[in-house]
Amino acid sequence: MSPELIIAIIVTVVGASTPILIAALGELVVERSGVLNLGVEGMMLVGAITAFVVVFLTGNHYLAILLAAAAGLGTSLIFGFLTLSLSANQTATGLALTIFGTGFSALAGQGYSARPVTLLGPLFPSELATHPIWRVLFGYSALVYFALIMVVAIWWFLKKTRAGLILRAVGENDLSAHSIGYSVIGVRYLAVMFGGAMAGIAGACFPLLLTPQWAERMTAGRGWIAVALVVFASWRPFRLLAGAYLFGLVMTMELYAKAGGGPLSVVPSELWAALPYLATVAVLVLISIRRDASTNAPACLGKPFLPSN
Amino acid sequence: MTLSRRNVLKAGAAAAALPLLGTKAFAQTEPLKVGFMLIGTPNDNGWNYGHATGAKFMKDTLGDLVAEPTIVENVPEGPDCERVLRELAQSGHKLIFATSFGYGDYVIKVAQQFPDVKFEHATGYQRSDNVATYNARFHEGRAVCGTIAGHLSKTGKAGYIGSFPIPEVVMGINAFVLAARKVNPEFTITPVYISTWNDPAKEADADRAMIDQGIDIIAQHTDGPAALQVAEERGIVGGFGQGADMAAFAPKAQLTSIIDHWGPTYVQSAQAVIDGTWTSADRWPGLKEGEVQIGPYNESIPADVVAAAEAVKNGQIDGSFNIFTGPINDHTGAEKVAAGVTLTDAELLSMDWYVEGVNPPA
Repeated sequence: MSPELIIAIIVTVVGASTPILIAALGELVVERSGVLNLGVEGMMLVGAITAFVVVFLTGNHYLAILLAAAAGLGTSLIFGFLTLSLSANQTATGLALTIFGTGFSALAGQGYSARPVTLLGPLFPSELATHPIWRVLFGYSALVYFALIMVVAIWWFLKKTRAGLILRAVGENDLSAHSIGYSVIGVRYLAVMFGGAMAGIAGACFPLLLTPQWAERMTAGRGWIAVALVVFASWRPFRLLAGAYLFGLVMTMELYAKAGGGPLSVVPSELWAALPYLATVAVLVLISIRRDASTNAPACLGKPFLPSN
Repeated sequence: MTLSRRNVLKAGAAAAALPLLGTKAFAQTEPLKVGFMLIGTPNDNGWNYGHATGAKFMKDTLGDLVAEPTIVENVPEGPDCERVLRELAQSGHKLIFATSFGYGDYVIKVAQQFPDVKFEHATGYQRSDNVATYNARFHEGRAVCGTIAGHLSKTGKAGYIGSFPIPEVVMGINAFVLAARKVNPEFTITPVYISTWNDPAKEADADRAMIDQGIDIIAQHTDGPAALQVAEERGIVGGFGQGADMAAFAPKAQLTSIIDHWGPTYVQSAQAVIDGTWTSADRWPGLKEGEVQIGPYNESIPADVVAAAEAVKNGQIDGSFNIFTGPINDHTGAEKVAAGVTLTDAELLSMDWYVEGVNPPA
């Protein structure tokens, strides 16, 4: 395998991993606060169509990312209101949010399917990325670096800040957090809104980073992969980074193995296609074997907060 | 009439009695109601767009003879499509087009219950007294594209993004590479199946994977323009629009396109129902009937290549050229079709082997 091919594969893997990573990071924070939002796929689609329409109308990619985040946040407020203010079942509400997002984005996207836009260009000047090695480091658009920065930022927030500690306390023991005076519902609202904004940006990756068009259901299930990755990563940001890039790698290698023949097809493409599922099973087994505190699942995950009981 | 249960039952009884009255007199006074059942939405700019455009063409051509067509979108290939078919039949539609392969069993089942309604099933193979099938010879268009690819490719390697390895897709790959190898005997093609009809990001990544490994021509059997956009971005020789003209997405990379034009066949069927001459049949028209069309050629293509492509197109229209006439070897090099023999339609519809020049999927 030539160095050029390896570099080309890395560049494709980074692109494929980025939307999954951004969406999963948002969901990680949501789940750490004790809320399970299965509406990631729907919020991503709302973000994707918002980003597409903004780029199509204004040509401004950064404005598109910003408004996609706002649209994802707005969609997540529906979920927040139903599950936090009205204590509706989180699983059912999340599923409904995905169905809503799919339908809403299809409706809003009518008439935009035959319209091309342009991708968001690289963040750094092209002189930095002339050599192939530098291209691996400096050849991407801002979305890729945003995802990586957010991994560190979220790790730092959860581990090192007082606000992060409160968020984790709310997720681990909502009644205790409530009894010492923290607003459980308020914290969870903020977390859900953050998750919505991240899902919106993840959706924006589709028309801005991967394929500059709008197609209905263009996220094609990646929101669900993001939800699964949070469990896969046992709710830790750096494991999430590794998991997202692992999923991106196997999804990409399946295609390169099919396309390439030669050395790449030594591993059959079916095995590449099966690897994410095998890896998930392996991680779940590992989590079950180490049945101590390290499983890390927030204790209040998915439970509505009802302080009067 | 208020909507009480009794009135609904009465209306139902009246509707059930209608077939006994004979439909011909009825059809002359009322415009024909035609229903279309789509697996996606017309916004896909491809397959479903083609059928919706065909429905509009039918209405525009026949005017007051037909009612505004009823188009039901996003009907999955499963039990739910039976409900949609039944509702269309019960609400007075006398001609119903089911436009996806997986509807077949349900069409046959519902058609038995509505003998006075005519059903037509696209890309299907099951017929009965009131169920016809129809398809289009897309592979004729593939042969034109393959001719252009054979002339223009510098590496002699093409990629082909497929959804699933079903005969219709295999047929297209084979027609493409057979035509290309008539120009460049070293030409090869690599099919990559992505196991979905609609995942643009995966289509784009599959295209990147192939371009990174040396192909400079891309063709696809999936519905969207994602692969062409990557071709445009990477500046390879080019690719081909599928289902519709996609030049807006890839003005430089789209060399030409295969356009589905279902309109004439819909007009023909609706007219036959109105005239009372409709019979169950299997229709498989192509370039000659105008159901498959070749879009404009990119102006970057040299004139002699356009002429060669036009020759292949016109040969298929006047019947002097058939891409599936032997000698044809399979991908191992063994002779599969003897010289002078042409594959029959039945053999094409069950095609499960690749011709020489295809790198079979691992």
